[in-house]
Amino acid sequence: MDADLIVQILFAAIKTGTPLLFIALGEVICEKTGVLNLGQEGMMLMGAVVGFLAAYSTGNMGFGVIAAMLMGSIMSLIFAVLVLHVGANQVATGLALTIFGTGLSAFVGADYVGKTLQGFQPIAIPVLSDIPYLGRIIFNHDILVYFSFFMTGLLIFVVNKTRLGLTIKAVGENPNAANAIGIKVLKVRYLAVMFGGAMAGISGAYMSLVYTPMWVEGMTSGRGWIALALVVFASWRVGRIMLGAYLFGLASIMHLVLQGLGLSISPNLLAMLPYVATVVVMVIISADHFKEKLLAPRSLGKPFNPRNMA
Amino acid sequence: MKAQTSVSRLELIGLTKQYPGCLANDDISITLQPGEIHALLGENGAGKSTLVKTIYGVVSPDKGDILWNGKEVNIKSPSIARELGIGMVFQHFSLFETLTVSQNIELCLSKKQLSQIDDLDSRINTLSEEYGLNVDPTRYVHSLSIGERQRVEIMRCLVQSVKLLILDEPTSVLTPQEVSGLFDVLRILSKEGCSVLFISHKLHEVTEICDQATILRGGKVVDTCVPNDETPASIAKMMVGDLAEQDAGYSKKEGSKTLFTASNLSLSSKQPFGTALKKINFDLKAGEILGIAGVAGNGQDELMAILSGEDDRNVGSALLMNELEIGHLHAGERRKLGMAYVPEERLGRGAVPDMSLTENTLLTHSKGFVSKGLVQWQGVKDYTNQLIEKYKVKCHGEFSEARSLSGGNLQKFIMGREIGQDPKVLICAHPTWGVDVGAALAIHQALLELRDQGAAILLVSEDIDELFLLADCMAAVCDGYLSPQVKTEDTNIDQIGQWMAGTFINEQASTTQPQSPTKEAVI
Repeated sequence: MDADLIVQILFAAIKTGTPLLFIALGEVICEKTGVLNLGQEGMMLMGAVVGFLAAYSTGNMGFGVIAAMLMGSIMSLIFAVLVLHVGANQVATGLALTIFGTGLSAFVGADYVGKTLQGFQPIAIPVLSDIPYLGRIIFNHDILVYFSFFMTGLLIFVVNKTRLGLTIKAVGENPNAANAIGIKVLKVRYLAVMFGGAMAGISGAYMSLVYTPMWVEGMTSGRGWIALALVVFASWRVGRIMLGAYLFGLASIMHLVLQGLGLSISPNLLAMLPYVATVVVMVIISADHFKEKLLAPRSLGKPFNPRNMA
Repeated sequence: MKAQTSVSRLELIGLTKQYPGCLANDDISITLQPGEIHALLGENGAGKSTLVKTIYGVVSPDKGDILWNGKEVNIKSPSIARELGIGMVFQHFSLFETLTVSQNIELCLSKKQLSQIDDLDSRINTLSEEYGLNVDPTRYVHSLSIGERQRVEIMRCLVQSVKLLILDEPTSVLTPQEVSGLFDVLRILSKEGCSVLFISHKLHEVTEICDQATILRGGKVVDTCVPNDETPASIAKMMVGDLAEQDAGYSKKEGSKTLFTASNLSLSSKQPFGTALKKINFDLKAGEILGIAGVAGNGQDELMAILSGEDDRNVGSALLMNELEIGHLHAGERRKLGMAYVPEERLGRGAVPDMSLTENTLLTHSKGFVSKGLVQWQGVKDYTNQLIEKYKVKCHGEFSEARSLSGGNLQKFIMGREIGQDPKVLICAHPTWGVDVGAALAIHQALLELRDQGAAILLVSEDIDELFLLADCMAAVCDGYLSPQVKTEDTNIDQIGQWMAGTFINEQASTTQPQSPTKEAVI
């Protein structure tokens, strides 16, 4: 295996990991405020189909991305109203959102199946892309990948260095206490859920505008679920999510690597790898109850109703 | 400002708050002067918490006015209250365990307040020294003891330079030594002109520190007094309405044969912020009550869980009941051997919230009410009604859901249910927590009766006064260690207080060190 192949593999790992990174970044913020949104897959599919539609009909890729983010937020707003306002069960509502999004995206995109787009083109960053190996792996991507780098950095800063980050953590850990000191718990949760929706939307857009620039029914193939596992894998730390996303990306292109090594294993078997990796990671993390409790936002999945505060 | 000393700090006029089915506050008027330490007294459910939450902006009143420094204000939210200079320390702390002390304090400050402070950490350090609070801004809250957490809450108010500090039962979680530390802080604050509103159940504390007291009953102000001129007994009379029989102490007994033994019981905690049990030894004798004192969170929960079998880890021969090894038995098997258990958490562990009282009775009653696999409902109902009557449980009837009862009433029911099984060994947490004076008396009598019948009883409580009243033998827990067991007559509040603060741990350690013979001699 020569150096060139390794560079290609790592380049592809980043590309494959990017949609996971987007959606998991959204979900981690959402979970940090204590809301578990299992509707990721549905929001992502809706983002993918609406993004494709918008880009296809206007010919403007940027417009497609924005439309996808908006669609994602709208989907998450439905979830937020049901869960935060009406007080519906988070798990059931999230699952319903996924089923709803899967069906609706297939319906909306039915006429567009098989049509293709000229996706975002890679932009080589001057100087940086000339760094041997590293330049070709990291600095020769399309604009959305750079945006994902930026978002990761931004969220690390916000979560660890700002008052907004403190507020988010406080709401997720103890909403009653947060309410008592005057934080508007529901407002924070609404915004976090909608941020999660927007990130799921852009993640879907990455699939239909960049990764495979076309619309196919169910094209996200479970990435929304992997993202949920990824958040646990990263133990709710933003930085680790980036690392995890690229590892998962690498796992899903493993068949390329093995072919490069001259091993012939059924590609179907290898396609399972990221899912197997997910299960293994979940088992390892869940085995240590103690740690799991310490790391997870304490109010995760639990409803909060300010009217019950007597 | 000097000219305005005649203006009262806070004036409440006719505050009324109606909850569905309950008038929590009924036309309450109270006045607080600057620098005054004012006690708010009353039994559970008298409306104290609702009143202070109204002042702090958590609850909005239906009627009535609040004057702050002579001006009418509308306190719509806690942040408005804090801007005015009102700070509150909650009974159940409102701290975030995964954040540091200074992050916790920062969250409470408005942007304006924050901009006035150059460096929050150094401000905390300065205040910490000034008031003797001993709070380190860089530590994570989950690593702090309960007393330290309370000081963080107080610090949170001090940083905002409060003019009124509200404390909701601040001493119930502190050791006697920590209480006197808290009182020192309150006295400094009062001298600086900060008013303090102090909710407490402990009357000797009120007579010690408060300048004024207001007594609430059933949501109304029934009396006011100057605590200095009163005795705890006379204030208690105002609280309950009629003079309840407050015995100085029940007769003490000495047990006969050992029914239950814990030997060298060490166990890690299942909770991330829990306390591990360390080499716990004690004997429960037939016809004797052992009281274990301690500040909450020092291993009581873990101890209760492992004794009852709720924590299903096998501890083998560390637990003996009637000379039988029970460390491997689960909770149900231990009950069959004659153990009864009253957990601290009433709703959810002591009783199933959605089930009726009848069904909850049946849950722990294995004998009698089931024949050939069929439930004898009439028998269970009759028995439940007897319990309701005997322990004066306020409810609609035996069909009421457990969740519909108030905490104190449910406690009475659970105590009655467990005592009614004539257990050989009763393990019990906070027997009269939240229970009014009259019913507490009934529970005490039932416990003593059970003891006199030859049962071994373990009481774990934070209420030292009650333990001294009931227990024949005393011990204390601190940080998962259990102190030696002593006869109640041979000890006093000071010694138990010292033990609750952990002094016995060093003493025990030093006895194993040969180079300190002097200390050995003392012991």
